[in-house]
Amino acid sequence: MASFTGENLSCIRGERLVLEGINFALEGRGAMILTGPNGAGKSTLLRLMAGLMRPSQGRLLWNDTNVSDDAAEHNCRISYIGHADAVKPAFSVSENVGFWAEMNGSKGHTPEQAMTSLGIAHLADLSARYLSAGQRRRVNLCRMLTSGADLWLLDEPTTALDSETSASLGELIAAHRHKGGMVVISTHTDLGISDAVSLPLEVTR
Amino acid sequence: MSGLSVILRREIRLALRHSTDSFMVVGFFVIAVVLFPFGVGPESNMLARIGPGVIWVAALLAAMLSMERLFQTDYEDGSLELLVLSPVPMELTVCAKVFVHWLTTGVPLILTAPLLALMMNVPFEAWPVMLASLALGTPVLSLIGAIGAALALGARRGGVLLSLLVLPLLIPVLIFAVGAIDAHLMGGGAKANLLLLGGVLLGALALAPWASAAALRQAVAS
Repeated sequence: MASFTGENLSCIRGERLVLEGINFALEGRGAMILTGPNGAGKSTLLRLMAGLMRPSQGRLLWNDTNVSDDAAEHNCRISYIGHADAVKPAFSVSENVGFWAEMNGSKGHTPEQAMTSLGIAHLADLSARYLSAGQRRRVNLCRMLTSGADLWLLDEPTTALDSETSASLGELIAAHRHKGGMVVISTHTDLGISDAVSLPLEVTR
Repeated sequence: MSGLSVILRREIRLALRHSTDSFMVVGFFVIAVVLFPFGVGPESNMLARIGPGVIWVAALLAAMLSMERLFQTDYEDGSLELLVLSPVPMELTVCAKVFVHWLTTGVPLILTAPLLALMMNVPFEAWPVMLASLALGTPVLSLIGAIGAALALGARRGGVLLSLLVLPLLIPVLIFAVGAIDAHLMGGGAKANLLLLGGVLLGALALAPWASAAALRQAVAS
């Protein structure tokens, strides 16, 4: 079973030490929730895990291999939900979901399944220009479902989502873990993940 | 290779839905050239003399005008991060985006150039060389412009910075392209200049995707 670990991670952004000496270990079916006040480095840690940034110190290991050794391989393993939803207003909802599904190799849910499980199947042909913030977030979550990635990295995924969709996101996460997947979430909402490990982060000085 | 075709189809579809962008570039190109007869006077020998150079400079500026948007929208809406994180190598993604940029700006500029050459009284025998120089030169504008567009991401007034970065690098293109047309008109043969221009194109083709991809990764990481 896959393992994802971080050893002594530190990160400097704009001459400020954002993360210092972070250690974590995650096994298949594992879930980790990042907690801490604003500015504690939750988003930075998720971006490090995604490979968008390099740690200033320390190592990130997937099955005991450094993830930066083969960035392309790591890209196939992760799906990252950031603050921006990456929804093209010129495309319809299904075109948006379909593009990312093809781009990531169509290994997960089909776009139709994904849109149905997030309750936007009826919007498939609508131009994404007319979506609300919550609906755009659901389109972004569809991309994650279609990717078939092992590790989901979610940065405040429930922003703009209604309580019903947040609950179904909790169920989707449970189903993903049941199949052997892993999740790392930074959230202030209770997604009903009772057995998750908590990684408290503090604002460094 | 399937990743390349996926991104190519996306870029073409996006360009078709934003087709006004292409019209604006062509519009700028036409207006910029049309201003010259008003500025220097309508004497036909004079216009024929400066015509090729004016057309080339206007094409250069028109291409720069459209360059800023190459990565800007993807950067702003978060798509760029996901493109960097996708299994498709960023270098291929850059190639696809640059190719579509050339299709939607370079090709319309080439197609409009004969009309402007007619207006500037450029002799007919120079037209094939002018079109050949544009066909070899406009892809270089897109390729080198992509490096500047990637470097200028996230900067305030990115468009101005982009022009400052890129225009000096494009001087060789201008020299060889206009040199080819002049040499042909003087009876010296355009071959040497066109071959040099082709060399610049091949060099840009080999370097620009890697340089742009590196700059884009840097932009996403900050």
